[in-house]
Amino acid sequence: MSTAPIAKRDAGDQRKAVSWYEASARERVRLFLDVHSFQEFIGPEKREISPHLRTFNLPEQFDDGMIVGRGLLEGRKVFIAAQEGRFMGGAFGEVHGAKLTGLLRAVRDAQSIPLVILLDTGGVRLQEANAGELAIAEIMRALIEARTAGAKVVGLIGGRAGCYGGGGLIAGCCSALAVSEQGRISVSGPEVIETNRGVEEFDSKDRALVWRTMGGKHRRLLGVADMFVDDTIESFRLAALHLIRRSSRFDTDVLESEQLRLSQRLQQFGLCTDAIDIWRAAGIGDAEAIPGMATDDFIALANTIREPRYDAR
Amino acid sequence: METLSYHHKVPQRAAGSKRMAIVGVVASGNLEVLVERVLPDTHCELDIKTAAEGFGAVWERVVADFVELRSPGGLRLSVNDGGARPDTVALRLAQAVRLIEELEP
Repeated sequence: MSTAPIAKRDAGDQRKAVSWYEASARERVRLFLDVHSFQEFIGPEKREISPHLRTFNLPEQFDDGMIVGRGLLEGRKVFIAAQEGRFMGGAFGEVHGAKLTGLLRAVRDAQSIPLVILLDTGGVRLQEANAGELAIAEIMRALIEARTAGAKVVGLIGGRAGCYGGGGLIAGCCSALAVSEQGRISVSGPEVIETNRGVEEFDSKDRALVWRTMGGKHRRLLGVADMFVDDTIESFRLAALHLIRRSSRFDTDVLESEQLRLSQRLQQFGLCTDAIDIWRAAGIGDAEAIPGMATDDFIALANTIREPRYDAR
Repeated sequence: METLSYHHKVPQRAAGSKRMAIVGVVASGNLEVLVERVLPDTHCELDIKTAAEGFGAVWERVVADFVELRSPGGLRLSVNDGGARPDTVALRLAQAVRLIEELEP
């Protein structure tokens, strides 16, 4: 008997047991894809490291915190990118960003092979700010080009760094997003808002406030994320499979519909001062119970309140 | 940043045939180890870049222990260190060798 089925079963068990939040980017990629199917582009042995960090006497990482490559998901070809949220907060620098831009261009040229991006980032790396900002712009352009060419780009968010700054903008460009409770999506992070607008505006130390404003549940209820998932590799894998299979057009009708959705959202919730007010205004009776709600109960509730608008985004 | 290099002669080559493996993350108190099978069977090299300067003597001992215990012949280990403790370093070096010794699929 071959050993392959045993290896597969082990991977299945690991996928259900391993926390997405706790796993490294490499562990996520390895377990997310079919066993032994990952092929890395510009791997760590190429030592394509940041040219800027040494100027600041800072440690480098051989993959610059960005893993790109291809593999199989349930036997289907996919491209994959993953950020390591623990290296420099998963932040975008020149090389880190260029690897994703290059991958997105490959996705565009391949047209029909979807891309899954495992986002885990605080935004632009301050030590290489201009290069990082440019990288974000290049990535957004390449992402839109890939989608225009017919490829799906699915973002998965549930890491330590959340998905902030330019990462939040990139997430907004994706065809679809899945998020876990631990995943946070925003542009300005809690500390940035507090620094610029004062503690009365936003208290970054109030973790409950941070989570109900930027966390996965709120993002799912607002329709920013299409799916809310458990914090396991398996849950993210199933969500990605679902979102890849889902039909998604990308043309001016879709963008107009998205614009309409966003203006209606602003009309409906613009005067709310807290996420709980928004949930109440969205018709959820026991809004206070949402933060403490178990995953399955929350998913059931979110599906009764509102199906994500598939004609938008 | 400080750069340290060590070269050891070892009795035997590391098992397996994988060319490359990587383990760990460069973060505070952590490190990454890239291991490549690129040297003659009785040689082992370690190139270390560390954010914690002035700990050369400790590195030398951790590396010597590792080399004696594992006999990582044929391997070059490249380390990016974010200021990990010696026990974490020893663990990552051992993990790296174990990974490259794994059977290929």
